Amino acid sequence: MDLPTFFQQLVNALSLGSLYALIAIGYTMVYGILRLINFAHGDVFMLGAYFAFYAITALLMPWWIGFIVALSLTALFGIALERVAYRPLRDSPRLSVMISAIGASFLIENLGIVIFGGRPKSFPSIPLFDTVVRFGPVSMLSVSLFIPVITIGSLIALTLIVNHTKTGLAMRAVSTDVDAARLMAVDVNKIVAFTFGVGSLLAGLGGIMWTMKYPQLNPLMGIMPGLKCFIAAVIGGIGNIGGAVLGGFLLGIIEILIVAFLPALTGYRDAFAFVLLIVVLLVKPTGLLGKSQTVKV
Amino acid sequence: MLSVQNLSVHYGGIHALQGIDFEVPDGKIVTLIGANGAGKSTTLKAIVNLVKTTSGTIHWNGELLTGKLTKDIVRTGVVLSPEGRRVFPNLTVDENLALGAYSRNDKVGVASDRERVFVLFPRLKERMKQKAGTLSGGEQQMLAVARALMSKPKILMMDEPSLGLAPLIVKMIFDIVREINKAGTTVLLVEQNAKAALEVADFGYVLETGRIILSGPGKTLLADQRVRAAYLGEAI
Ligand SMILES: Nc1ncnc2c1ncn2[C@@H]1O[C@H](COP(=O)(O)OP(=O)(O)OP(=O)(O)O)[C@@H](O)[C@H]1O
Ligand SMILES: [Mg+2]
Repeated sequence: MDLPTFFQQLVNALSLGSLYALIAIGYTMVYGILRLINFAHGDVFMLGAYFAFYAITALLMPWWIGFIVALSLTALFGIALERVAYRPLRDSPRLSVMISAIGASFLIENLGIVIFGGRPKSFPSIPLFDTVVRFGPVSMLSVSLFIPVITIGSLIALTLIVNHTKTGLAMRAVSTDVDAARLMAVDVNKIVAFTFGVGSLLAGLGGIMWTMKYPQLNPLMGIMPGLKCFIAAVIGGIGNIGGAVLGGFLLGIIEILIVAFLPALTGYRDAFAFVLLIVVLLVKPTGLLGKSQTVKV
Repeated sequence: MLSVQNLSVHYGGIHALQGIDFEVPDGKIVTLIGANGAGKSTTLKAIVNLVKTTSGTIHWNGELLTGKLTKDIVRTGVVLSPEGRRVFPNLTVDENLALGAYSRNDKVGVASDRERVFVLFPRLKERMKQKAGTLSGGEQQMLAVARALMSKPKILMMDEPSLGLAPLIVKMIFDIVREINKAGTTVLLVEQNAKAALEVADFGYVLETGRIILSGPGKTLLADQRVRAAYLGEAI
């Protein structure tokens, strides 16, 4: 492999890893707060992409307004999802909550087919993200450069919120000891809603950027990335934000490496995530950055 | 005044509190003593609605607390320092204190209360940036009390603050209970260490398997034959 190809693949790897990281954070934040796997998270990712699609193509909004509207709607959708599918089961056995999560996922996917139509749609081209950028012999779509930058920006913002705001402090408290947090007069429902909102917003952001890089939408597009990012969160140590980011990047980078260096195995790129999951869990059951006792947001 | 009438709590089939009545007058120290499983913690948790009550009412200065959310109860000045301390181990001492003050918006008041708890517990000031999980048991108890004080309690309820601590620290904790009370905070103290609790308390209630079987001024209970036999480990 020559140097230009290497750089090209590196950019691909970083942008795919970024997208995985963005989605994985949602799983890990919700798990950290509620000890719940939100199986509908991949579908929220899909909705983010569709919201942006309709905002731009049907409502004819300028792309950036469309994105803001889509992200807000995705966050609101995540909050509503928790209200409807999870909060009524807050004190129920884990299994009931899990069944509700899987049910919500199927419901969103099938409603998506009914409302959006099952046929794939193509995302409109936005010049800023769709230009070819050249660095000497290396050329790539500008969106591939924007993705890691936007991701890192979001990660910094998230870290600041979690570590340096009152709401972030309450999130960390709720994730370690819900009853003790209640005794501090923390409004647990509000913190849970906030967590779902932020997690869904990041998934929506991931969804929008995904459709700009791979410009096709379909109502089932959230399933595979959703599953892989869940795996990424577990690999990194579920409940740990840094872990989700690490897991996401790891998965994205390795996936691109396989495609680039072992083209014969390209057909197995999805299976590889599961192999990695099994290996990591065998060696370190709590995930790479997971601690066995305290679960951090 | 905190006033509890006919309070009942069930855990599934277990009738943990079987209709208890008691009062905590303003400015006093009242203690609830009893053996393991008597229902002491359940009583405190019921007051702040961390467990559901089956019947009975809880009034705080005439206002009905029953059915309110924990966060709203805490905001009325009813604050619980729970059994087992329950400090947030992965957060620093400072962050734990900030959570104590979570419901407050008076920055100046919070800052001066923070100084005040550092005067009460100089040890915590030295360990401000340390994770609470790395503190010793005694220091964690100090943090639990300090954190509760940061909520600006009108009534401070403490669940076994002396549990598992060395005698010297126990004495210190009880001294601080007195000091907090002198500064104007009403105290409801739950203890298995009946002797220390009755010595410090104005009034005491003895709880046995979900019922109050005895009550009276602390000194009177200390002298009571049944109390001495059952809780102070004296042979009659
Ligand atoms: N979550 C629960 N589920 C079922 N039973 C419970 C629960 N919590 C307490 N109990 C039962 O209720 C009764 C009262 O418990 P509680 O914790 O109030 O006792 P306590 O007086 O605080 O005891 P200790 O001094 O050991 O802390 C006990 O019989 C206990 O087993
Ligand atoms: Mg107890």
